[in-house]
Amino acid sequence: MIPAAFEYFAPATVDEALGLLREHSDAKVLAGGQSLMPALRLRLAAPEVIVDIQKIDDLRGVRDDGDALVIGAMTPHSTVESDPLVAEHARLIALATATVGDPQIRHRGTFGGSLAHADPAADLPAVAVALEASFVIAGADGRRTVPAAEFFEGVFSTALGEDELLVEVRVPKYTGWGAHYEKFNRVAQGWSIVSVAAAVRLDGDSIAEARVGLGNMGPTPIRATAVEAALVGQPATADAVREAAARAADGTSPVTDINGDADYRRHLATVLTRRAVLAAAGTA
Amino acid sequence: MTRITVKVDGSSFTDEVEPRTLLVLYLREQLGKTGTVVGCDTGNCGACTVHLDGRSVKSCSLLAVQADGHEITTIEGLATNGELHPMQQAFHENHALQCGYCTPGMIMQSIDLIADNPNPSEDDIRLGLEGNLCRCTGYQNIVKAVQAAAAAPQPSAAGGAQ
Repeated sequence: MIPAAFEYFAPATVDEALGLLREHSDAKVLAGGQSLMPALRLRLAAPEVIVDIQKIDDLRGVRDDGDALVIGAMTPHSTVESDPLVAEHARLIALATATVGDPQIRHRGTFGGSLAHADPAADLPAVAVALEASFVIAGADGRRTVPAAEFFEGVFSTALGEDELLVEVRVPKYTGWGAHYEKFNRVAQGWSIVSVAAAVRLDGDSIAEARVGLGNMGPTPIRATAVEAALVGQPATADAVREAAARAADGTSPVTDINGDADYRRHLATVLTRRAVLAAAGTA
Repeated sequence: MTRITVKVDGSSFTDEVEPRTLLVLYLREQLGKTGTVVGCDTGNCGACTVHLDGRSVKSCSLLAVQADGHEITTIEGLATNGELHPMQQAFHENHALQCGYCTPGMIMQSIDLIADNPNPSEDDIRLGLEGNLCRCTGYQNIVKAVQAAAAAPQPSAAGGAQ
């Protein structure tokens, strides 16, 4: 199928894009298009106006900003995956990004596009929550910054207003931390049934700090704070990690769908958390 | 209608297109490059894979207007002076197809794969072709073909249309 007709704009600056979004009430932002294009083709979405932001060069690239990394919203997954700054300071992002879609989709799909789409089964939201990333959003009144914990509001729903644009994501540096991303699915290109993003800082043989994010365990990504707290001060051994990971599903209400029921997802969360934390500790 | 200028398989084209025109349909219906096929509605199958500025993309998941000012290589731009590209030759020699529908996309993605990783393991090849579905072969001969092409001498500009 082909998309329904729409009016097309390709602004060259953020201000121009914001002007177009204010001017048109039924406008949709086109980033890499790897989620939007199938939705347009299936006519699950039929906006009157498309604002294509690929010509805004300022939105691409990764830069070092002191104690944080700044990833431009339009940076393609394939760039993030192999970026040396990401590898050094936020390896969890590189690991999760390498599992997004397939190679063609990673050439075209973007870091910010995937986050702004806010699919509960996507890979990057759980990572953003685990790493306490913050989202820089441009709007009519300038820029505001929203922490990851407040950015994701529901299924395909975020703190972004209709006339706002996600411009970049700031990620605190996790230099020297171990990291691992566990994604459970059944088929090639499959979305995660459950995913777990883990980063661990070791002090000698014991865990000094841990960050654990869960994907597809609810409408929004979830930070497994009970697991994080239980890991601190523990040795990075299979037994200690298993005990802490047993709390991974505490307080979660995952969906029951064709891929698995809620109980199965809760079980997966504990198993994948154990695997992710142990693997992360092994790379610290 | 929006005016676009694109370079496809070495030739420049300037055309008026409706913004909703998919790149793959522009290639097929306006330029007559029917070597690139449409296999699905969802961006899963990879049959429509082409190179945009040298990197593989699914041409069903791009608008023609997004290719404005860029360079596209399709399966039809690979052979030079009647000589098949080494990847095409390897698919031919290893019988890496049955119905052939996925083949243009498989070949375009395989070229991208070995440009990134000139000595891929079997696992690397299977993962690198994750975005391309074949419903006939069971992938065995496709993997063999990519291994054979990786071992063969490469043209100077891998995937280039010049």
